[in-house]
Order: sequence, then structure tokens, then C-alpha cells
Amino acid sequence: MQLLSIIYIISSVTFILGLKMLSNPATARKGNLIAAGGMSIAIIGTIFLYKDDTGNNLHNYGWIFGGIVIGGIAGTLAAKKVKMTAMPEMVSLFNGTGGACAALISIVEFDHIYKANTPSESTWFSDVVPLGHFLPIAAGAIIGSISFAGSIIAWGKLSGNVKDHSFKGQHIFNIILLLLAITSVAYAYDANMNFANIPFYITVLLALVYGVLFVLPIGGADMPVVISLLNSFTGVAAACGGFLYDNKVMLTGGILVGAAGTLLTILMCKAMNRSLLNVLVGSFGGSVKGEQQKTTGNYKEISINDAAITMSYSHKVIIVPGYGLAVAQAQHACHELEKILEDKGVEVKYAIHPVAGRMPGHMNVLLAEADVSYDKLLEMEQANEEFKSTDVVLILGANDVVNPAAKNDPASPIYGMPILEVEEAKLVIVNKRSMKPGYAGIENQLFFQPKTSMLFGDAKGVLQQLIAEVKTL
Amino acid sequence: MIGRVPSVLHTPLMSGANAIHGVVIIGAIIVMGKAESDNYVALILGFLAVILGTLNVVGGFVVTDRMLGMFKKKKDK
Repeated sequence: MQLLSIIYIISSVTFILGLKMLSNPATARKGNLIAAGGMSIAIIGTIFLYKDDTGNNLHNYGWIFGGIVIGGIAGTLAAKKVKMTAMPEMVSLFNGTGGACAALISIVEFDHIYKANTPSESTWFSDVVPLGHFLPIAAGAIIGSISFAGSIIAWGKLSGNVKDHSFKGQHIFNIILLLLAITSVAYAYDANMNFANIPFYITVLLALVYGVLFVLPIGGADMPVVISLLNSFTGVAAACGGFLYDNKVMLTGGILVGAAGTLLTILMCKAMNRSLLNVLVGSFGGSVKGEQQKTTGNYKEISINDAAITMSYSHKVIIVPGYGLAVAQAQHACHELEKILEDKGVEVKYAIHPVAGRMPGHMNVLLAEADVSYDKLLEMEQANEEFKSTDVVLILGANDVVNPAAKNDPASPIYGMPILEVEEAKLVIVNKRSMKPGYAGIENQLFFQPKTSMLFGDAKGVLQQLIAEVKTL
Repeated sequence: MIGRVPSVLHTPLMSGANAIHGVVIIGAIIVMGKAESDNYVALILGFLAVILGTLNVVGGFVVTDRMLGMFKKKKDK
């Protein structure tokens, strides 16, 4: 058996093994390294050992290595310098580069065929290219483009640059767009050589637009699910490349990620207790007006002074971190407060909701960066047991994950999502910058409940003031 | 295989899978490697594709490692 085939088999195994190890906390880091190793030998092996149908090796080494060096340096720099809280959008960005790569491969291959068969009126595309060869080219172009465009939009949404946009009948429009893209490329195949290129490039364009429109209306809170879905799309696009070149390692890697990505997407939906369809399309029905329970009433405010005193003399305080904490970059101040309170004999823990922040695990990463001890982090089920014995719950920039409408209001977009049952505690202090609604854009009845008090201000500033106060007590 | 994953690992897992689909770079390498020296479309687009593919692979694995590094001291499960 050829050496390259053996290398590909080894690489494929490392991908499967790596992914499996990534699902377990103890082996996750090694799993990542193993997969990286497998990828490296596949790349090096391909460069030096690949032989095409006529037995030639690859050439243009200068270009290849040049590209790898540039991409490698840029990728490493970007990955190392990005803030931990910007991780989700980086994943989306890199996903987009993969999609773009797949689409470009298809474009070059198409162009190669087109040029090689000097356009003539009597040659039909389908005469020259067997369907089995054309399908992966077409699919790779479409899926890669959708994934690329969608990922860029998702990146924009998470970095706050792109707002939600939707228009009436958009999902019908989107479906039509997609059908047009597919029709166009089918037309290209059926056309005669002279005219095959324009429909093909129209397909690419339509796919790009579809990618944008697909992601544009979806709310930022749902981005993790979308990115996971786009991730599996890129996997499928990579598999298309594998079919195109009959390349075993691309096939394995692509199919693996396509499947795993889909599963992960479904898992994430389960954590939010919403169906995938609801996430993708439900954004239109999401902002139900009128039907929703009106949140009325007065809210109370608490002063820094009172908050500090109450917490210092508590037995147990549970902190609920949310996106607001990440935005304010207040995780270190939060840890400081935790330490000071513990010095005073207060038991401090953190309640982490599975979708708090912008990504599953977002809060964990944020707090880990501030050296918060892992055993202080409670998962939702554990936290919900402990709230009844908690004196004070301090909510730092979390909103939808503590919104009782998820339990009580069937018209609410978040209805059915399991939440942190903070109202079981004796006192709830909510820190937000203002009374404006959270990411899902809905009012939170929690703020108007008798046991709740608002503590307005930027999380970092508020925490620092609290720390100063507690120190004087 | 990905049945019971703790939600805290969802993001690193997604990131790792992201890096793995960077295997598409192999296709880019093949495209570039086969391009004739006068085929500028293939050379330039192929070059771009290699860069993008590398970004996916390298960026993907490094970002995943960074995420997981945060847990290294604390994990004992």
C-alpha cells in the first residue's frame, strides 16, 4: 500500500480519536493535539507524496509553502492574541475561512474544466464532465459559499457590528434563493460549453447572498447554534472536496465534522429547550407583541453600601454571571469580591447556566481566566438545589437565564427553557447598566419581584465599589 | 460518540471540529500543486485557498488549545 494512503489512514484515525477525546474533560487537550498532529502529517505527506493520475508529483512548492507560512503566522497570531471573550467569533471566522477554501477549490476546478475545453458551440458541459465529478464541484461551491458568508455575518453579530435584520416573507425568499442557486448550477451543467460559466458564477453569488440572509435575522443569543450548524456545513464542503479528488483523509475529516457538528448543534438546542427549526426561523415569531405577559410594577434599587453590608453578613452568596460580566471585562473584579467575602466567612459560589454568555462554556472560560476555582462553579441543576439555602444572589449581567417568563409565560420566546431559580433565595441583587431588555429583547419579571433589588452600573465599576465598601466593614 | 458531553465542553468541541474540517486545505494544496505555471487563476485562487485553509487549521487548533488550557489546572473529573 502506498505510503500516502497509510498516512491518510493514520490521520483519519487521529481525527476520530481526537474528537472523541475532546468530549471528555480529562482528555480534551490531548485530543486536540493528536488531531493537530494527524493533520500535520496529512499536509506534509500530500505535499511530497501525492501523485496525480499520470503519476506526477505536485509542484509550485514555493506558492504552497508561501501560502502555508502566511496562513500559519496569521492564524497563530490571531488565535493567540484574541481575548477569551471573543473566542466564539474567532471560531466563526476560522469556520468561514474553511468554507471559503472549499468554495475556491470548486471554482478553480470548474475554471480548469471550462478552459481545458475551449468553449465551443458544439460541446456540452455534460459531455465532458461526468455527473459524479460535477456534483462535488457544485456542492462544494454552494455549501462552501453559504458557510463562508454565514460565518462572516455570525462573526459580525458576535462582535456587535451586525444587527438583526429581517423582512416579511424572508424565509420564503431564502428558500427561493437557494432553489435558484441550485437551478443555476444545474443549468450550467446542461448548457453548452460556451455558456456554462455564467450560470456557475451566478450560483456562487446566490449562495453567498443566501448565506448572509440565512444568518442575518437570527438573534445574537442563538449564534452558538448557528455557528455549530455552519461548522457542520463546512465539514460537508470539505467532504465534497474529498469526493472530487477521491481523497480519503478529506472524506473522513469532512464527514466526521459534518456529522459531529450536526449532533452538537442538536445538543445545543436541547440545552435551550428549543428545536433547531425554532432557532433558525423562530426569530420572526419570537418578538410576540401583545400576547406576551406585560411586565409591570415598580422595581427597587439598592445602594452599594446596603448591598455590601448584606453580602458581608450572609452565610451564602451565589453569583450568577452573564454576558454583561464579559462585556465589562469584570471577571477579575468579580474574583476579588469573591475572595474578600470569603475572608469574611461568606460561602461564595457561582451558578452557571448552560447558555449564559454568548457560547456554552463562555462563563466558565471567563471565570477561569480570572483564576476562579473550578469547584466553585455550579451547574444549573446543582445551583437550583442550593438557591433555597442562599442568602444573596448577585446577578452580574445575566438576564434571560434568570427570567421567570421561561416558566410562566407560554407566549414568551424563551418559554420552556430551564432557568436558574434565583427567586428561591432570600434576596436577589441584579446588576445591569440600565433597565433595557437583554439579548432576547424581552422584559424580565424578576426585576419587579419583591425580593429583587436593582444595582445599576457597569459591572466592573459596581464590583470595584462593592469591594471598597466591603473592605471597610 | 458525542452523546453525553458536558455543556462546558460544547465550545471547545465545536472549535476542535472546526479545526478538523480545515483538512479541506489538502484540496487546496492539490489544486495549487497541479496548476500549470501560466494558469494565473489557479495559482492566485489556489494560493488564496491555501492561506485560508491554513488559517482554518492553525487558527482552529490554537484557539481550541487556548480554551482547553483554561481548564487544565481545574479539571479532575
